[in-house]
Amino acid sequence: MSNHAPMTMAEAILAAHCGQEFVKPGDLVQVDVDMVLANDITAPLAIIEFGKLGVDKVFDKERITLVPDHFTPNKDIKSAEQAKMMREFAHKYGIVNYFEVGRMGIEHALLPEQGLVLPGDIIVGADSHTCTYGAVGAFATGMGSTDIAVAMATGQAWMKVPETLRFVYTGKLQPWVSGKDLILYTIGKVGVDGALYDAIEFTGPTIDTLSMDSRLTMSNMAIEAGAKAGMFYVDAITKAYVQPRAKRPYKAIAGDANAPVSQIIEIDASAIEPQIAFPHLPSNTRGVSESTDVTIDQVVIGSCTNGRWEDLVTAANLLKGRQVNPNLRCIIIPGTQAIYRRAVEEGLATIFVDAGAVFSTPTCGPCLGGHMGVLAAGERCVSTTNRNFVGRMGHTESEVYLASPAVAAASAVMGRIATPQELE
Amino acid sequence: MSIKGTVFRYGNNVDTDAIIPARYLNSSDPEELAAHCMEDIDETFLAKIKPGDIIVAGRNFGCGSSREHAPVAIKAAGISCVIAETFARIFFRNAINIGLPILECPEAVAEAKQGHVLSVDLALGKITNETLNKSYEATVYPQFMLDIIHAGGLVPHTKQRLAREKLDAS
Ligand code: SF4
Repeated sequence: MSNHAPMTMAEAILAAHCGQEFVKPGDLVQVDVDMVLANDITAPLAIIEFGKLGVDKVFDKERITLVPDHFTPNKDIKSAEQAKMMREFAHKYGIVNYFEVGRMGIEHALLPEQGLVLPGDIIVGADSHTCTYGAVGAFATGMGSTDIAVAMATGQAWMKVPETLRFVYTGKLQPWVSGKDLILYTIGKVGVDGALYDAIEFTGPTIDTLSMDSRLTMSNMAIEAGAKAGMFYVDAITKAYVQPRAKRPYKAIAGDANAPVSQIIEIDASAIEPQIAFPHLPSNTRGVSESTDVTIDQVVIGSCTNGRWEDLVTAANLLKGRQVNPNLRCIIIPGTQAIYRRAVEEGLATIFVDAGAVFSTPTCGPCLGGHMGVLAAGERCVSTTNRNFVGRMGHTESEVYLASPAVAAASAVMGRIATPQELE
Repeated sequence: MSIKGTVFRYGNNVDTDAIIPARYLNSSDPEELAAHCMEDIDETFLAKIKPGDIIVAGRNFGCGSSREHAPVAIKAAGISCVIAETFARIFFRNAINIGLPILECPEAVAEAKQGHVLSVDLALGKITNETLNKSYEATVYPQFMLDIIHAGGLVPHTKQRLAREKLDAS
């Protein structure tokens, strides 16, 4: 065994990528990264900064992923220009993992699905929800475009080693409670800066049996508590997901079980009912059963938080043989082309269309008020996305309520915030 | 570099959708972004600010998205410095990387009111509230970040590093 002090999973991964045997919270390190990511909004700025560096190639053509997902298929001329700039950069520098519209997905649904982000990796992305990949046991974090420009050129990024904050979940989940409810409840408990700068570890008996899709949802929203990363240990569930997809060799890094952490927070998951975050902060959470008097105008099921297969199956189970309430629009967006195709093959697409819902090609679209479901003044939306800030999905006087696919689908049928139990 | 300006005071958790709404992210042009800076939480911001003015805010300033457009918009709008109790971490990196001065100082924030005049000595990390005639010490940056700041941002800093490595290799 090693002769240094024990390290947490985050510390051990960072140490392994900066050529040091040992790192501790607060250390500034220059790490080698395994994957660099940007999208149609953040890549243009990164490309401009990349140009200023005076280099004539990227550090590794296979370790950069570029995804036009936010305002695509192009919503207007300016968006088209930005997407074009990224496409031309990808061609010029021979970027292997450029995913064109029609082959793409929402980045944080796409990269894990394609086996591009793997256990033990360090991944940096010019998108705050890059932390999603903590679900596969990677250290993954969002940065700005300039950081990403430098990472594309050098394969390196500077980081401060974070403290580790461990959540321990115990108890059996109630019916209809998913990873989304666990993470909303957790953010409600600690606040939007409750994990500022920390690496979160999601652990405990409840987590041990949680599906990969639910884990990805939880890691995705670690940033909504201010965290730098939101990680899960690699177990049999991770391996079953990763092994058939992995595009390159990888090595899971567990850290030492006895390493000191800054805080341990225990949560009795059996006491959590389906959650909903009221406007205008993701931490403004309540139980759905005490919120059923709010009428709504729109439901969105999709995004990098909840546009995965498990999410669509949950929505389809509730919408099957039912109708979307005539007073609202229900927009369902699969996370990737593969999920889209499977939804068509296995009949989910038919269920959605028969119910009177929109079923579209993958895009971030309404999640950030881009297109495909922007809200007018005074409108309310129950959404499976991750942010409900003022103006996030449209007009500054619109309101976004964050919830799980089950709650969103039930609300779409009822025309108001509703519990899935109400449809049983 | 010395800074002096009037305070524009905001609360906790000013998010990146408030600083620059996503609907304007179909552009990367600093001037275009600046034209919509803060408009969703303060319609009068752009009409009232003068070059050199200072944003003072509470906890977790810049939370939310990774969009570098947020500090770019603030800088291009003419704001000289942001002082907050704490910053969201991606905003913090982005501001350093693009050369927007930011300082963490809960004491200065607690006493600064809308319209107060502050002066800031970045090298010393010293903030003076000229209206109250009172000075405060902000959290000092580690050397590594000072190097980035002195180089004028991460890109020039990296350029220097790459040039050095090339020299060493030859
Ligand atoms: S779905 Fe929403 S949160 Fe996710 S990457 Fe797209 S815009 Fe960002």
